Amino acid sequence: MSLTPFARVDESTGSERASRRPRRLGRFVLPTYSWLVIAYLVFPIAVMIVYSFNRVISGLQLVSFAWNGFTFQWYEQWRSIPGLTSAFWLSIRLALVSTVIATALGTLLAIALVRYRGSKFRGKGGIEQILFLNIAAPEIVMGASLLGIFVTFNIARGFLTLVLAHVMFSIAYVTVTVRARLAGFDVSLEEASYDLGASPLGTFRLVTLPLIMPGVLAGALMAFALSIDDFVTSNFVSGSSVPFPVWVYGASRVGTPPQVFVFGTVIFSVGIVFALLSLGLSKKRA
Amino acid sequence: MDEGRYARRIQYEMTDGQVNTVNHSDGPTGDAGTDGAKVNVRLEHVTKTFDDVPAVDDLNLKINEGEFFSLLGPSGCGKTTTLRMIGGFEEPTSGRIMLGGRDVTYMAPYHRDVNTVFQSYALFPHLDVFENIAFGLRRRKVDKAEVRRRVGAILEVVDLPDFERRRVNQLSGGQQQRIALARALVNEPKLLLLDEPMSALDAKLRHQMQIELKSIQSRVGITFLYVTHDQEEAMTMSDRLVVMRQGRIEGIGSPKDVYDNPSTEFVATFLGASNLLTGEVARRDGSVTTIDLTNGSTLSVPTSRLPDQLTSTTVKVGVRPEKISIVAANATVGPNQNSLRGRVRVSTFTGVGNQYLVEMASGADITVYAQNIGEELAPRSGDEVLLSWPVEHTFAVRPMESGLSGEESES
Ligand SMILES: Nc1ncnc2c1ncn2[C@@H]1O[C@H](COP(=O)(O)OP(=O)(O)OP(=O)(O)O)[C@@H](O)[C@H]1O
Ligand SMILES: [Mg+2]
Repeated sequence: MSLTPFARVDESTGSERASRRPRRLGRFVLPTYSWLVIAYLVFPIAVMIVYSFNRVISGLQLVSFAWNGFTFQWYEQWRSIPGLTSAFWLSIRLALVSTVIATALGTLLAIALVRYRGSKFRGKGGIEQILFLNIAAPEIVMGASLLGIFVTFNIARGFLTLVLAHVMFSIAYVTVTVRARLAGFDVSLEEASYDLGASPLGTFRLVTLPLIMPGVLAGALMAFALSIDDFVTSNFVSGSSVPFPVWVYGASRVGTPPQVFVFGTVIFSVGIVFALLSLGLSKKRA
Repeated sequence: MDEGRYARRIQYEMTDGQVNTVNHSDGPTGDAGTDGAKVNVRLEHVTKTFDDVPAVDDLNLKINEGEFFSLLGPSGCGKTTTLRMIGGFEEPTSGRIMLGGRDVTYMAPYHRDVNTVFQSYALFPHLDVFENIAFGLRRRKVDKAEVRRRVGAILEVVDLPDFERRRVNQLSGGQQQRIALARALVNEPKLLLLDEPMSALDAKLRHQMQIELKSIQSRVGITFLYVTHDQEEAMTMSDRLVVMRQGRIEGIGSPKDVYDNPSTEFVATFLGASNLLTGEVARRDGSVTTIDLTNGSTLSVPTSRLPDQLTSTTVKVGVRPEKISIVAANATVGPNQNSLRGRVRVSTFTGVGNQYLVEMASGADITVYAQNIGEELAPRSGDEVLLSWPVEHTFAVRPMESGLSGEESES
């Protein structure tokens, strides 16, 4: 019998041998399972993309799910439905504005939550609870109560109330994302920056922000994604300014114009690009 | 070089009235340690407690301008905390910190003309080596060409030329440490705080850096406050040093003073090795005090080397191992010599000499280092010998209060 270390490991550790079999099985099960999950997740998106290229042969220009042949017609005529186009631009503006505000507020909140405790930050526990509640609470409840507030205080519903609502539900996500990034942050880096003569503001700009930037961007992306396709809250507080999801919902009761799929596809593609960019960035920074 | 520094000082004065560094009489050669030297750092009754546990306890310290001053002490004795308070990263619980005659106790770190080499390096991971080193210069709006020149020059000093565009997380620990050193040195501050700046370097590099540090110091007259675990480093580099223990100063002075005449039992054992024997003060004859050891022998100690305030007559008499001569048991001892009899228990050849463990009648061991200079007598284990050393090399310290002794882990 050989006495090489390898031989001994094989003999003495039964668990080593036991783990062999599942691994061989895993070679087959795991990929199958993964692909099934991926297919499940991607299917609706694929339908949207594919049918944005579908020809329409009936008189009304509405989506039908019979394949009638390939066309770029809907991409060429993407602006032909005035209500849809303005809803789309409203959603873009809304998402941009609310993302900027939510990211700024959420990032600062995250820094405060990580940095200060005890007597320096009373009510920190309460804020953390509220963040959690904000994420966990059903959106329909928040939408309804927001509407109640706006009506009570006689605030006209429109772009302003939309922004307020979207910032409100995005902040928590930004904060949680940025806080995760800050958890491993070495405070002595900021001390080194002060030591070398940088003011607190300079230190934030030159050291803190660049280092947490991947987290901030991820948070911003999240806020943007949440805002651009929010229906529930927006439906309550939109009033006469109708954002894209609310418009689509209204239209779908009559029939969905194919341009909806075009916008959906464009939003999705842009989202993918940003997600990949942020992934690449956080890998580079890590 | 020195003129550049002088000009820069004046420039600080113009651009930032807050900086307390303006000192026009700042001579190019800071004559370290002399009596007339200016005090650069002064700690007055500085105490820092963390959750009621004192990390630094009523520290009083004056460091002269241009001095190379070291802090020595076991892990956790408060060295880093002391540096952090001087650097401005920690506020003292009580007491006052003066830099160049100005109270900076609560001044923000970015307003102090102090730079720090952090124990954890704290290099900016999102910047390359060049930008890390240039960070401080950029904050002072030093012009681009000058930044290039000085960063290049300091990289030569730390022996890392051509590293400018490397990312810091691609560097080894020792390289990172040298960049941290360069990043602080390049600013040529009034006071440089160094927290074990060479712990990750190998012996050769460390020696090379020690020489560089000393030469930079004499060139630009920076005051160095240096924390190290390496006693030899502290003794060879320092003009003066303190030994700290549990947040307090146990001994202060030039390396020779502290070594030859340790003020406490802790210093005697922490800094180098000491043989310590317990005894009672018997009588004082002018400049010499006689002490009866518990093992029955009698030793003489210069009265000036007795601890200042003796609370009891019990003291510990000490002598450094290299001060002892080891001679045959029947040899005669000259005047002004202390002597003890014993039997060699262990004899170890170390190349540069021999180390002996000599057992007294009481059972206690005495360590002796004898230089390898070809003496005829090289006692072997079991030999009866006589140990002798001059009275002036004998010191006495107060015994460490029981309960406090031996709880630190020496590192
Ligand atoms: N932020 C802090 N909170 C609580 N206790 C602290 C803090 N910083 C330091 N201490 C405590 O203060 C004491 C002194 O710490 P310090 O870091 O100054 O030691 P040190 O002499 O630098 O040790 P080392 O040689 O290991 O670096 C230690 O007991 C440490 O646990
Ligand atoms: Mg330390």
